Amino acid sequence: MNIRLDELSPGESATILEILGNDVIASRLMEMGLIDGEEIRMVGRAPMGDPTEFSVRGYRLSLRKTESCRVLVTKGS
Amino acid sequence: MATATVSEKSTRTVALIGNPNTGKSSLFNALCGLNARVGNYPGVTVEQKVGRLTGSKLSIDVVDLPGTYSLAARSADEAVAVSVLSGELAHQAAPEVAIVILDASNVERNFYLFSQVYELGLPVIAVLNMWDRVEVEGLTVDAEMISKRLGVPVVCTSANKRKGIDELRRTIEQTLQSPRTPPTSAQLARALFPDAFHQEAQKLAEWLHLKGRKTSLYQVDRLLIDSDGHFQKSLCQSGLHEINTQIEQARERLQLAGCKVPMFETKARYGWIRQLLDGTVTRKESRSASSSDRIDRWLTHRWVGMLVFALIMFVVFQSLWWFAKWPMDGIQWIQSQASSGIEAFLPPGALRSLLVDGVIAGVGGVVLFVPQIAILFFFIAVLEDCGYMARAAFVMDKLMTSVGLSGKSFLPLMSSFACAVPGIMATRTIENRRDRMVTLLIAPLMSCSARIPVYVLMVSAFVPAIKYAGGWISLQGIVLMGMQSIGAIVAIPVAWLLKRFFFPGEPATFLMELHSYKWPSMFVIYQRVWERVVSFVARAGSLIFCTTILVWAACYFPGDHKLLDQSVASLEQLQSKQAVDPVSVEEKHMDEKLGEVNRLRSELIETSFLGRVGHRIEPIVKPLGWDWKIGVAVIASFPAREVIIATLGTIYSLGTGEDENSQSLQDQMQQARHSDGRPVFSLATAMSIMVFFALCAQCSATLMTIRRETNSWRWPIFSFVYMTTLAYIGAWLTYQFFEAWS
Repeated sequence: MNIRLDELSPGESATILEILGNDVIASRLMEMGLIDGEEIRMVGRAPMGDPTEFSVRGYRLSLRKTESCRVLVTKGS
Repeated sequence: MATATVSEKSTRTVALIGNPNTGKSSLFNALCGLNARVGNYPGVTVEQKVGRLTGSKLSIDVVDLPGTYSLAARSADEAVAVSVLSGELAHQAAPEVAIVILDASNVERNFYLFSQVYELGLPVIAVLNMWDRVEVEGLTVDAEMISKRLGVPVVCTSANKRKGIDELRRTIEQTLQSPRTPPTSAQLARALFPDAFHQEAQKLAEWLHLKGRKTSLYQVDRLLIDSDGHFQKSLCQSGLHEINTQIEQARERLQLAGCKVPMFETKARYGWIRQLLDGTVTRKESRSASSSDRIDRWLTHRWVGMLVFALIMFVVFQSLWWFAKWPMDGIQWIQSQASSGIEAFLPPGALRSLLVDGVIAGVGGVVLFVPQIAILFFFIAVLEDCGYMARAAFVMDKLMTSVGLSGKSFLPLMSSFACAVPGIMATRTIENRRDRMVTLLIAPLMSCSARIPVYVLMVSAFVPAIKYAGGWISLQGIVLMGMQSIGAIVAIPVAWLLKRFFFPGEPATFLMELHSYKWPSMFVIYQRVWERVVSFVARAGSLIFCTTILVWAACYFPGDHKLLDQSVASLEQLQSKQAVDPVSVEEKHMDEKLGEVNRLRSELIETSFLGRVGHRIEPIVKPLGWDWKIGVAVIASFPAREVIIATLGTIYSLGTGEDENSQSLQDQMQQARHSDGRPVFSLATAMSIMVFFALCAQCSATLMTIRRETNSWRWPIFSFVYMTTLAYIGAWLTYQFFEAWS
């Protein structure tokens, strides 16, 4: 099932399919290690609902909704 | 002269580069001590920090480059890093070695920047810092294997515990002395770029060569990869406009060949990193990592997280107010002791006035800020080092984005409610330049503690003491609260306008690493506090001191002080006589003399430079409901807002020792009349003065700190102009409103 990264629930894992767009946000996301084929786990949201904490490549990354919605992921196999 | 050239030649330069939050500044301090030379790269607000490597026989300069995730050269920080590493800057010696600092507990992502630095062709040293975290987080990292595969020295350090520093020092010396073997092109991540890209890069390099441009291979790569990047812009600026079409065409060809720009670069680099690290890093679920998660579950919890955040901010803020109070009172006590010491020693005159009202007041005005700066940076260092700072930004981000800032702006702005000086210094924790500048420029609008005396004086003298709701709510309290919040409210549209018109650009990204929690290191805390205090005293302090002396001179000169000096001398004689034998001096006689001294003082200030300026600007301040005396008091308060009270005291012939609760000052102001008999101070005037002080930049310490933090005169001047304009308009509207209303 293909969804956007911001649609994951806490604790859920998914595999990155694609980073949408080729602007600065997309480049930054890729530089931080969000590349297709990489596993990513949603850890939890901030108290006010945004940003969201993710676990990727063995470290924790905080992304705003405007950034995480640029990442297409697939859940399960 | 000859020796100078010799020593210059023998000074070697190395550069330190790494991701943010890898302990880079701790490592820099461990290598160079706390004596860095701080300046600015020309044309950009990027700090240039150079230190001398301690404990080495060679003289080696270490250039600390801004923390960055990539050398893509999109932001000013990245562009500076690339320019320094390529040796392009005229006033910065080209580094001979690049020291890349990596977070040992997160090597995979950290090697991304390394892979780019590696391609610049400089000899490289990889430093795996935070080595102490590796074991705690259940990791093993085979540094020897990585070093062997790379053909590059790898040093493991824990900079916050001063471990591995000597080995790094030796490695730097060895790398400088032994001849280097540059990496073969097959060793670089670049080798994994698609063939189509290599061909285009080759073509573009040849084209640039034909045009007589000297560009490195790395720069050519960047030209092709980064849309509208730093190198493309600088080539355009130097007149080579055809570069744009060249790049566009090349990108189109790449697109056709199926090479996705810029994605292929990151993919190739991470692929290279996988190969490099294959089998060298193992990870098992550790107790520390899961306990960090457990803590985090609470600290970012919907309700508990907010509560903890509010509690921590409350402690920080209260400490700024209360803990700073004792040392600040102590400083003021020492100041008054020094003043009376000089008064007992020196006869009244220009020298005594300079020493007491200029020098001691000036030094005091600098030292007075030290407790607050030290306390705030103590908390910042603790919160940053234990890992909570990033969580605080995480928790607050949504709220701050609604006003166009990020979660990291919260603490600097909140601290500014105590004092803008430490608040502005705290904006250093904001990596994004636009966010930092906007936060720094609106911080002085937050109602600081120095405004309170002005409000208290005006409110208690001119706002009627009406109580509502059975005495629970007072009108005076409401006005005070309004004054405390007006700056913050005005700051919201100001922040929006600044972002829109002065710092346009791409929306800020908020990709932020959240490290696991750990115990803060005493070393780091001590260094951070010491560094900030010294930098304030040495660099902003001298300017604040000079401003105080200048304003003193404007109040003192010209004017014949002979009569005043005589009166003061005879008053002091009477006082000392009274101290020995209270009955020998008549109270009436004393009062007469005191009145004479105060009258002379008030006359002298009227004829001083400042008084003349005050008269000159009366037409300008008249629409605000002010007379020349208020004008003078406002100008004299430029070194610090609260000075207005002492100046009003002097002008109203009450002497210099009046404070905001002084009944006689309040009486005098209530009784003051214009020449036509109208009272000078009405409710409207008092409100207009308060609104002016809520919004104005009458604080030289704040302006000099802005100068220090932005390394440019442009921003303090900008702040002064925009805030004074805002204050004037605000005061005018307030006066008109209350005049019409009453």
